[in-house]
Amino acid sequence: MSELPSVELSPAAARAVEAALAAGASAAEAYAGRDTGREVRVHGGEVESLTAATQTGIGIRAWDGHRVGYAYGTDLSEAGVVALAARAAEMAAVADEDEFAAPPAPAEIEALPGLDSPSVAEWSAGRVAELALAVERAALAADSRVAGVETAVYADSTEQVAIASSTGIAASYESSNCFAYLQALAEGEGGRETGLGFGLGRGPEDLDPEAIGAEGAERAVAMIGAGKPASRSCPVVLDPTVAASFAGLIGGALSARAVQRGRSPFAGRLGEEIASTSFALHDDGRDPAGAASAPFDGEGVPRRRTALVEGGALRGYLYDTYTANRERTASTGSAARSGYRSLPSVSTSNLIVAAGELSTEDLLAEAGDGVFVTDVAGLHSGVNPVTGVFSVGASGRAIRDGALAEPLREFTIAGELVAMLRAVVAAGSETRWVPFGGSVSTPPLLVSELAISGT
Amino acid sequence: MSELLDQEVAARVLSRALANGGRFAEVFAERRGGLTMAIDESRIESVQAGAEEGAGVRVVDGATTYFAHVDGLEPAELERAADEAASALRSGRTEPRPLTARTVVPVPIAVAPEGVPAARKAELLRELDQRGRDMGAEVAQFTASYAEARRVVTIANSDGLFTGDDRTRTRIGAQAVARRGDKVETGAETLGAHRGFELLEDDPGLIAEQAARKALTLLDARPAPSGTMPVVVGGGFGGVLFHEMTGHGLEIDHIHKGASVYIGKLGEQVAQPLLNAYDDGRLPNEWGSDAIDDEGQPTQQTKVIEDGRLISYLYDHLGAERDGVASTGNGRRESFRHLPLPRMTNTYIAPGETTPEAMIAAVKNGFYAVSFGGGQVDPATGDFVFGVSEGYLIEDGRVTSPCTGATLIGNCLDALAAIDAVGDDFFMKTGICGKGGQKVPVGTGQGHVRVGKMTVGGTQL
Repeated sequence: MSELPSVELSPAAARAVEAALAAGASAAEAYAGRDTGREVRVHGGEVESLTAATQTGIGIRAWDGHRVGYAYGTDLSEAGVVALAARAAEMAAVADEDEFAAPPAPAEIEALPGLDSPSVAEWSAGRVAELALAVERAALAADSRVAGVETAVYADSTEQVAIASSTGIAASYESSNCFAYLQALAEGEGGRETGLGFGLGRGPEDLDPEAIGAEGAERAVAMIGAGKPASRSCPVVLDPTVAASFAGLIGGALSARAVQRGRSPFAGRLGEEIASTSFALHDDGRDPAGAASAPFDGEGVPRRRTALVEGGALRGYLYDTYTANRERTASTGSAARSGYRSLPSVSTSNLIVAAGELSTEDLLAEAGDGVFVTDVAGLHSGVNPVTGVFSVGASGRAIRDGALAEPLREFTIAGELVAMLRAVVAAGSETRWVPFGGSVSTPPLLVSELAISGT
Repeated sequence: MSELLDQEVAARVLSRALANGGRFAEVFAERRGGLTMAIDESRIESVQAGAEEGAGVRVVDGATTYFAHVDGLEPAELERAADEAASALRSGRTEPRPLTARTVVPVPIAVAPEGVPAARKAELLRELDQRGRDMGAEVAQFTASYAEARRVVTIANSDGLFTGDDRTRTRIGAQAVARRGDKVETGAETLGAHRGFELLEDDPGLIAEQAARKALTLLDARPAPSGTMPVVVGGGFGGVLFHEMTGHGLEIDHIHKGASVYIGKLGEQVAQPLLNAYDDGRLPNEWGSDAIDDEGQPTQQTKVIEDGRLISYLYDHLGAERDGVASTGNGRRESFRHLPLPRMTNTYIAPGETTPEAMIAAVKNGFYAVSFGGGQVDPATGDFVFGVSEGYLIEDGRVTSPCTGATLIGNCLDALAAIDAVGDDFFMKTGICGKGGQKVPVGTGQGHVRVGKMTVGGTQL
């Protein structure tokens, strides 16, 4: 597809802009979205649930000078859109003046092919259910200690988006995503263990059920007999799923909104050395392999690549139109929306942590004695995004004499984000896309020192 | 009762849902609307209103649930959803039972928030902002939010049930950032209920002061200790400890999937005899209360632990059917776009007999976790983690230095059995619980509780 697809949502968005202006708004923007999706959950060789659904709605931003209000709803009829537009204008009157609140001007949007896969529409419900069942079977067959599978899930969605504004923005796109995952249960001495396996793609043909099932089984079985490590400070290797969670936290703290409001550990540190030279990070809203890729962001600004951390220095922040206006700079196309219900706000798109040169084996050898962390829990309560101080639950394996040793559970890793970035002594060479912390591609990372709290 | 669907339309939708067989069908129709706004940098912003309606139809056949949902409540759309849900079935028609309307008395609302001008809500946020900032020059940032939400639901099923509910929740939150030189700390507080604007008649500004006080207190904090020690957990939101440690593991879906440490523990002593605990969806106007659950079952008080013995799991319709028991009214869903799951309502440890002072005085060296930012559990392994938002050291039976960066970590069964004192100072707080990608409002509560031995994960080795 070289042309941007035209979707019937566009006329609804255009009507909504007209209606908001007619209701007295000085400027307006409408974001219409349709999400068609299905989900299959299987358990014990049977389909547990099969969901098929479409949701369509529209969100309208209305400006009254420098006041802005928002209204969203599911009624896209003429009358429904008129009522929502009036409601948005009404909300604007409640907000306070903010000189930087203004809609973006239109910019040329380059088409981004390859965001959807025909296999989403081609594969029947029965065929994707079979894929989910194959994931479950693969886990059960992988190891005799796998006692069951808590859930195996396949889900896909096709998203259509259209945006229009009184400043002349009129654009649309369509993208598809799918994923499958399972939580395998292993039984052994010391009780039950769980292990997550997952895969991501544009369509079901991209998923490998054998690999997903085997990963869940391997992770669960590896934890059998886990004990608590001794409390100490030591080298830690973060596997890609864990590194991704931390990258997501760092990406969030690099939002210009958090920075401008003094709620980020990175505020006022542009150009400063905030990481070791082994850690480099950028955001790319157009990476064809990234699940969050799109030709434009949640307010119609083209997506792009933005360098964040390079050569150990902080190179930039992520901006939407509002935060860019505050600093008289340009938006980085980082206005995100979680559908039509949400106002655009600054967020990462696809975060990419640069790969290094060491294989995972070499990273472990480099660590010598330490801990390989394969899972973290409690990030929403254990991390303070304002200060960067964190203490989160973790599980994984001991690293002894440069190789993986016994499994470990029920411990915490604690520290501070900037200190951790400075302590990254090596990045692995094997990167992976992970759906934690947003959409993140990352290798494993070796951190020279983190506080471990166990026994 | 304001019905979103005619009884006759509901009957027709159910009949179509069972056109290709199935033993159970249900239509869940919903109209949801709300208003949210925030104050940040002393400016009212993010003012937004929402209005959505739609319905979800499910058909159950064997072990499989087929589910479809649509936007809007046009009868033709609902029938389309029913056809979609039925499309994968291949058997002969099943006849639904005739519908009988069952009237429900919704949780009473005195002042409907929709009737209060939006400007009044903005004024309330300005008051919070003022109260928070007045706590001291070290309060560097202050934000507050207001949210009201109304859900009108109509539920009909092939067992002949036709019922509905009308729910209004109101909640405010305050977050403060305090700064002294390079040291930055945060504090947060919320107030919410299944109530209307009357919730905010008393002294809503108090939460602004509480949030600011927490942040200011932490400016004097030292890094949290690491290691295993006795932990006293504060009342109210401290109840999230029980919610994570036990509540999730009692949800029947985890039990049925072999993914709970409470499997086979029914009737067994899982805690010391001083512990009694409930899930109660009928606590008057409480945040997690509803007149009926999202399957139309009246909510109830369910005692889950009696004198330390585990006596009940938490059931939705399908889980109860499988075990041949009655649903405990715990079938809940985020919206018409979600399938119901067995979920907690308001979960709490009943008041005990110890005063918080006596409980702390008996600890030689330990940790005092006044409140949490939240928690997480893997019900299958029982491993849990809680982020402490306000914590102190206990030294020689006295509360001393505030600490930052503490996380409590442990395993459910060990920690539950280690609870050796329950306080008499009971109260409830609000929470948002996530499970299977769905968020629902839940209440958590307790008086002070002491866990004899627990791992505190900080940076101070």
